[in-house]
Amino acid sequence: MTSELNEPGLQPVTGVDDVPDGVVPDLQLSRAEDELDQDLEAYQPPTPRPAAAVRRAWVRPLVGFVAIVIVIAVIWEGTKWIAGDPWDVNSILGVPVSIVHVPPYHWTPVNDINLPHVWLILESFLETDANGETLLQGLIGAALFTFRGAALGFFLGASVGLTLAIVLVHVRFLERALLPLLVASQTVPIIAIAPVIVVGLKAGWLSIAIVASYLTFFPVTIAGIRGMRSADPRAFELLRSYAARDRTVLWRLRLPASAPYLFTAFKIGATASVVGAIVGELPSGIRDGLGGTLLTAMQYYSIQPERLWAAIAISALLGIGCFMLVVLAERWTLRNYRPTELGAAP
Amino acid sequence: MIEPSSPGTGPAIAQSSPLPAADVVVELSGVSKVFGLSGGRAAGGTVEALTGIDLAIHRGEFISLIGPSGCGKSTLLRLVGDLTSTTSGTVAVNGKSAERARLDRDYGMVFQAPVLFDWRSVQKNVELPLEIIGRSKAEREAKAREMLDLVELSDFTDHQPWQLSGGMQQRVAIARALAVDPAILLMDEPFGALDEMTRERMNLELLQIWDRTGTTVIFVTHSIPEAVFLSTRVVVMSARPGRITKVVPIDLPRERSVDTRELERYFELVTEVREGLRAGEGGAGLAPAARVRAEGLSA
Repeated sequence: MTSELNEPGLQPVTGVDDVPDGVVPDLQLSRAEDELDQDLEAYQPPTPRPAAAVRRAWVRPLVGFVAIVIVIAVIWEGTKWIAGDPWDVNSILGVPVSIVHVPPYHWTPVNDINLPHVWLILESFLETDANGETLLQGLIGAALFTFRGAALGFFLGASVGLTLAIVLVHVRFLERALLPLLVASQTVPIIAIAPVIVVGLKAGWLSIAIVASYLTFFPVTIAGIRGMRSADPRAFELLRSYAARDRTVLWRLRLPASAPYLFTAFKIGATASVVGAIVGELPSGIRDGLGGTLLTAMQYYSIQPERLWAAIAISALLGIGCFMLVVLAERWTLRNYRPTELGAAP
Repeated sequence: MIEPSSPGTGPAIAQSSPLPAADVVVELSGVSKVFGLSGGRAAGGTVEALTGIDLAIHRGEFISLIGPSGCGKSTLLRLVGDLTSTTSGTVAVNGKSAERARLDRDYGMVFQAPVLFDWRSVQKNVELPLEIIGRSKAEREAKAREMLDLVELSDFTDHQPWQLSGGMQQRVAIARALAVDPAILLMDEPFGALDEMTRERMNLELLQIWDRTGTTVIFVTHSIPEAVFLSTRVVVMSARPGRITKVVPIDLPRERSVDTRELERYFELVTEVREGLRAGEGGAGLAPAARVRAEGLSA
């Protein structure tokens, strides 16, 4: 019994060359079946999209965005037509018109100070100041200044957030101890924190960036912790079976697995960093950015409400722009990842 | 019938070996595993997953572990691979501890799911273990191509894993496991999630790969026909606590094909394994009433 028991194990291991004849038909059979397997089961990867399709992918959302802006403008003016202040319009965007209209109803929130006519906001972009600079030029300059602070704050916040996540994932004790503190940090209004940082570090681009990073790091930390634990437990066992070090597990598994989660946080962080940069400018006395512009426009609101709305529009566009930059980076980074949903928006 | 045994003094059913010790790749002696000993649970919350396991596996063998759910066959595999530690007893791999063997990269691991990294191409997935052990780029690329050739996926190197069918993904996982030329290939129900047709084809392919590489394979499965068809020995286990009840040497011709499944000896062996499983079910540790029920079912 014992010799029989181990007999199969005694047989010398055969290489491919000394396989007896009997096995050859099976090899062929297996190959034939294999081709069938590949023909029937192989998912054909999508061929690269033609340039027209790529263009369509960009044009459609843009058209949709413009359409929605127009719809909002129509609702805006429609409300004013029904319940706003009396209309006495001589020109719209330089085109002479003659519209005199008394709305049948009156609703204070849609008066000319709260909601100035859309064309007044657009016209205000071209108003020139004492230096001969248009408001639009001034706003773009301010947006670029704020963008610099926001971008710096974003990278600072994302780096701090990701570093924190990496540390907390590896040191469970710290996660339990530190996480409540991080949550608490986010319940304190940024407007209260900003003066502390700005006064503490002296007004300047660094303090603005730090205020912006204060809003950015938190979602990155939370998403990073979640993402770095999101991989299949067996993937960790696989790396363990190769005696991979923690650093290898981090670089080869944890970080790549967390990328989709991180980009969601980066999108939140990108828009939040714009808010953070603007708020950071307020107590600093720096007038070069959108924060200063908004502050000035607020002071003149009752006289020139359209200037505040113009600044709001540019701030919103800056936020959208930052968001889109992250979307572009996400598309490039995650191009090889399993698609989550067919045609899913970023 | 197997008597309940304490760790270290288990029945020597699987131990006897006429081979020189040098040929023993894996040697388990008196191995037991109890879950829930450490941690916050009360002492009553422990589960005896394995007890009195003695088994010697020789170089080039293809060993299948078969048994009902919860018999600890996966735990046994994980003990050999040092993915979990023994409660008592020893696991020796090539004369070393299981941990030493893992650190020496003696293992190739294949799970029930392919566990491929989505963000890496098929080629890069196979290169992963070679990256970890620090092989040069040229060496990695050549070896990965060779392995993908072995599993007949040469045309799919640049695909992403999620673009392949389940069977193809599992072949990539096998190629990845073989890339480091492991002394032991540990397979935990690798074909369990595949349909019957694909599974039988994968069985044939695995045997061809085993033939060509000469690696020692430990293979966990639920399927009696699969175990008999693939193995040189089938280790039959029973549950609560998990133990080895029978070892069935498979004396079928070494070269196996679709015709093997029609041999009379094949059916005899399938029956022998099945009876071994039933004996384990109705065996020691059951109350008389339960034993009568189990025997009644097998009659």
